[in-house]
Amino acid sequence: MKPTLPLEELMSPGHLACQGCGAGIAMRTTMKAIGQDAIFTFPACCWTVIDGPFPYSCLEVPLLHMAFEATAATASGIKAAMDTLGKGKTTICGWAGDGGTFDIGLQALSGAAERNNDIFYFCYDNEAYMNTGIQRSGATPYGAWTTTTPVKHFKKEVKKSIDDIVAAHKVPYQATASVAYPEDLYKKLIKAKEIRGFKFIHILAPCPPGWKAKPEDTVKLARLAVQTGVFTVYEVENGKYLQTIKTPTRKPVLEYLKLQGRFKHLKENDVAEVQKLVDSRYAELEKRFSEK
Amino acid sequence: MKKVMMGNHAISYGATLSRVQVIAAYPITPQTQVVELLSEIVADQKLKAEFIKVESEHSAMAACIGASSAGARAFTATSAQGLALMHELLHWAAGARLPIVMANINRAMAPPWTIWSDQNDSLSQRDTGWMQFYCQSNQEVLDSVIIAYKVAEKVLMPVMIILDAFSLSHTYESVDIPDQALVDKYLPPFDYKYKLDVQNPHTYGGLTTPEWYMEFRIKMHEAMDQALVEIKKEAVAFKKVFGRYYDTVDPYMVDDAETVLVTSGTAASTARYAVDQLRAKGNKVGNLRMRVLRPFPFADVREQLKNAKKVIIVDRDISYGYHGIWAQEVKSALYGHSQVPVWNFIAGLGGRDIFPETFYDIIAQVGKKKKPDQELYWVEVKK
Amino acid sequence: MAKDRKKIDFKKMEELPPMVMSLRSMAANPTGSWRNLKPVIDLSQCIQCTICWKFCPDAAIDWIDDNPVINLDFCKGCGICAEECPKKCIEMIKEGK
Repeated sequence: MKPTLPLEELMSPGHLACQGCGAGIAMRTTMKAIGQDAIFTFPACCWTVIDGPFPYSCLEVPLLHMAFEATAATASGIKAAMDTLGKGKTTICGWAGDGGTFDIGLQALSGAAERNNDIFYFCYDNEAYMNTGIQRSGATPYGAWTTTTPVKHFKKEVKKSIDDIVAAHKVPYQATASVAYPEDLYKKLIKAKEIRGFKFIHILAPCPPGWKAKPEDTVKLARLAVQTGVFTVYEVENGKYLQTIKTPTRKPVLEYLKLQGRFKHLKENDVAEVQKLVDSRYAELEKRFSEK
Repeated sequence: MKKVMMGNHAISYGATLSRVQVIAAYPITPQTQVVELLSEIVADQKLKAEFIKVESEHSAMAACIGASSAGARAFTATSAQGLALMHELLHWAAGARLPIVMANINRAMAPPWTIWSDQNDSLSQRDTGWMQFYCQSNQEVLDSVIIAYKVAEKVLMPVMIILDAFSLSHTYESVDIPDQALVDKYLPPFDYKYKLDVQNPHTYGGLTTPEWYMEFRIKMHEAMDQALVEIKKEAVAFKKVFGRYYDTVDPYMVDDAETVLVTSGTAASTARYAVDQLRAKGNKVGNLRMRVLRPFPFADVREQLKNAKKVIIVDRDISYGYHGIWAQEVKSALYGHSQVPVWNFIAGLGGRDIFPETFYDIIAQVGKKKKPDQELYWVEVKK
Repeated sequence: MAKDRKKIDFKKMEELPPMVMSLRSMAANPTGSWRNLKPVIDLSQCIQCTICWKFCPDAAIDWIDDNPVINLDFCKGCGICAEECPKKCIEMIKEGK
């Protein structure tokens, strides 16, 4: 069988991601699609550490480390410079975690999306502030334990719908992806590279230490998240929704939850509540998928 | 070509003549005309630049950092609250060694809301690693932008050009706009050795352990020391081409002065009028205008104040629970080098006008006293 | 960036660039010592589906002559390859055994 993705690696081994890191798979797959003619900028996030300390890096493209809330604005600045210097073909990518996207970086993200700056904004979403030791973020789902949402007061708020927030900016392209489906992510990026304007890519990237899950279950969890409808994989091109990983029959959320220590305190009625929230969000999206 | 223009437009012309390539800015009174004129100039394609109309000052500086890292000459302008919002990224720009130039219109910090001038906004950013040039005239504003890029790109540290709200930003003066060809000759295009380059990829600003962090800070400090040399060198070089001279300090009748009033910004022109009047009455007063805060010109300050019997520092700022900020700086330069008594007066906060009478009052308060009897004195306050 | 696998050893401040920048690849940093469990592939069962290769978060499986080869210099032993292998022909074996 032929490999389904290019063999060339633009992310070197030797990086500092934890065992079974979903963000490692996310980056590796992304680099295969984005290619060498690209510049990245990272805010504070797991990847600040994963990339390696001075004087090393594991990416074979230029990379600018930046402040936590500044990803989208920094990428806009790099893009403006490349345009004015006659190097407009280079792909400019902001690469941020969920904290840097849903929370502290939201303003800059909104600004760049509204200006429709011709950049990629990637959010690798591990659903909490993992780099600082698993504190809840706006991306943490209902029911989850984190170090700031202890089991007695587990997170009672639902995950912020960052995709809907971005969609409200009417960007030309946005997509969700799961590291369990690298070909889907790859295909979306190859297509999006040809689209001018703001491109938002939201990648679910399980975090074994933060989710209290086994490192070998990372891909399984990323797949179950999709199969249960917890995380729906789709794209929006000029307002048109398309579900790219179809889930005609969804598995019960319990199958997803039970593999993760962060949900183990949930009682039957809590699980039912999670199921209800997932069902209602899924129904909302289904409506959009069926719109002609 | 001479043109009557406001201080804010002098900034825009300075940036245009410097052929800035990326501008990212957010509006704030009293800075708005800077970016309004620049957006017109860019829209009219009189300047080949990208103008990013960002959603905050924080993003303005972030975009400048991105642009400068990619090898473009980057520019922004702000004031007060906007500058304070940028604070984190001011450290970032300097630590990343990016020669960004920014104009800051000195506006007092809120609360209470105010739009009028004092220097607490920029002086609060003293330790961020930015050079700071305080201007007195619109001509100096325009020229300083050009000089700033020259110095910044030599030493790889950013520069803040600073001017008083309204008394300079909105005041119209006759300004000579230098020939573009001459500016081009003086200021070559920005060629950044450490740019983000797909042909030669490097990662910038990554995690650094205690093993080397401190050495990178020493390098920044050394760059600032070098900047002082470059500022003085460029003062001469700029004069050769354009006929105007800008040193680290700007003395007026200081050589034989018994009392030297130390000021910065536009207060100097008022101080100089007061000096003339006082001298006509036989009072040997002089004025030393501080132009550069960072890198601090220790030697020049000591040299200029070596003959003074009394030094009076008039601050348009205050470090609560201490002195005015310029007073701390100048006193520290004199300590161990001079026995001259130093008075500190705080005047003109929140845009309260500084008149010649302000200086007459200060001189009268000092009177025949041999040394100050208070840490600081407030001028013209309602009792 | 030099793909040189040697570590950089600065001796003096003068050797440093003006700002923090990368000069080598993290390929100079073998992470194999993180591993408790070692993947062992039974190539006689392998169907060359590339699934183990594409999911490796550490880019520690090379695809050589149509076969997966675990790079033990870097493999951290997460076990995703073994878990995802459709033929279950990758076994995670305790290190040192």
